[in-house]
Amino acid sequence: MPANRFNNFTNYGIGIGLRVPHYQHILSRKPAVDWFEIISENFMVDAGRPLRVLDQILEQYRVVQHGVAMYLGSTDGLDREHLRKLKRLVKRTNTPWLSDHLCWGSVDGRYTHDLLPLPYTFAAAAHVAQRIREVRDFLEVPILVENVSSYAEFHASEMTEWEFLGEVVEKADAGILLDVNNIYVSSQNHNFNPCDYLEYIPHHRVGQIHIAGHSKFEKYILDTHDHPVLDPVWKMYARAIELAGPTATLLEWDDRIPTFDEVHREALKAAKFCKDLLHEPVVA
Amino acid sequence: MSRLSRKPAGPGKALRAIQRAFAAGIMRPLTAARRMEPKWVDGQSARKAAAAFIKPNDRLSSFERLEIYNKQYWFRLLDCLYEDFPGLRTVIGEKRFHDLSVAYLTKYPSNSHALRDLGNRLEKFLRNEPEWVAPHETLARDIVRLEWAHIVAFDGEALPPLEIDALLDGRDPARLRLAFQPYITFLDCDYPVDNFILAVRRRGEPKGEASNAVDDRRKSTRTKKVSRPRPEKIILAVHRVENSVWYKRLEPEAYLICSALQKGLPLQAACERAFRRRKADENFGATLQNWFAQWASFGWFCRAE
Repeated sequence: MPANRFNNFTNYGIGIGLRVPHYQHILSRKPAVDWFEIISENFMVDAGRPLRVLDQILEQYRVVQHGVAMYLGSTDGLDREHLRKLKRLVKRTNTPWLSDHLCWGSVDGRYTHDLLPLPYTFAAAAHVAQRIREVRDFLEVPILVENVSSYAEFHASEMTEWEFLGEVVEKADAGILLDVNNIYVSSQNHNFNPCDYLEYIPHHRVGQIHIAGHSKFEKYILDTHDHPVLDPVWKMYARAIELAGPTATLLEWDDRIPTFDEVHREALKAAKFCKDLLHEPVVA
Repeated sequence: MSRLSRKPAGPGKALRAIQRAFAAGIMRPLTAARRMEPKWVDGQSARKAAAAFIKPNDRLSSFERLEIYNKQYWFRLLDCLYEDFPGLRTVIGEKRFHDLSVAYLTKYPSNSHALRDLGNRLEKFLRNEPEWVAPHETLARDIVRLEWAHIVAFDGEALPPLEIDALLDGRDPARLRLAFQPYITFLDCDYPVDNFILAVRRRGEPKGEASNAVDDRRKSTRTKKVSRPRPEKIILAVHRVENSVWYKRLEPEAYLICSALQKGLPLQAACERAFRRRKADENFGATLQNWFAQWASFGWFCRAE
């Protein structure tokens, strides 16, 4: 189950996000890490220090690309120049798969730099699926789409978020980057049972999992990536790998970033769930 | 819009209408109390406008749900400008910088996937609306030009450099055209903004960091007070050596040559401009040789198309 066509038949284990405050530690001490996830846009530059650092990382580690600005749900046409730069980076990193979000973020050529939710309509699903197919054909690498955390719902929606995700990936024949923290955050913000989400999605399409921390406010939860993973998210993670199998997993920690060792320790907690699962039969 | 490859198909029209409404809501500046504007872009109630397409829940109204995104939009983009233009922030102060940033982003919303490009029209904005930085218009513009040149030098495109021996390559200097690396910017400034920016960056950096290298989008500590510079004409080349950004001062004749080459003049014509200015200087030929040797050692030159 973990190695499938959506993650290019790899079995990557537990990774962490490559972040600037850890560069020096990683390059000088070369810690043992299964793989690093990079934010594609941080390295879609023409030259200079970012690419130098990336090349040094690539000499030692496996790298997977994760994007934040493809805006698969936008109604603006696909930006071919952006895709050309992305393809150059794909060739440089040899990423086995590439992920981005099931969201939109720009309209009329103006960019919000945010991962904005889509209305869950059949027309939107068809639109996004078509764009995913175009992107995959151009980049020639498997595409995983990630569910985003959200704070708003639309009157126009015709289905649940998990039905929408399923509709998109089936139509596009794409994989899923399942962010269990995002499911939890949205479930609290929109009053749904996160288990319904986990049970519904096509598990055979899950190519990667994200885990992260979040922040609780009085009336909503914000996806802040600035905390350790909280217990409800670990419980969801355990259920997700029961359903999808032990899958390449990445801890996201993007703000108030602690030491490399602390982030790595937190990420490696996920390995325990995978080991436990491999040694215990799943009860149906 | 020219960069967009296709118009949306028919089924995308409803989706586009929702996205336009959403974007219109979140890209409006926040109130002084950091809340979403109570009026919508067309003057109607924002509560009513948000309720038309966003569902409320048991804790938040449609307005409040959209407001979360409105706040995040502004916090994220303002934070980015804050990081990218510490010099301008130091000259005009935090409050005025905040107000200027809001006005700039309202007039020029981001037109790029990359947050790195967010300040790409700030100089133009200040040229057209200098009142945001009065009475420091000239100083502020010099600083913004340098801070933007720094961003370009940090990760701008590099072409194969020409070694000093390959510059002429047997060609006729009267016809030979040379180009500079795309990441280099030449600046003719009225203030010594190089030292000022270095002082600002040094004071804002955590201990142990290199003095004028940029480490991507790290959070800097709050910038301490650095005195505004007094007027002094300087010419700068903002360039990159071994992946670190450097500011190099140039003599006026060197700038004459570089700007002439950038404009596409042949090598001989560019150098003659400088010779005319320094005709009394017997050693100027040797000086010129040294300049070219140094510039080539920095990897500044590449073949003109």
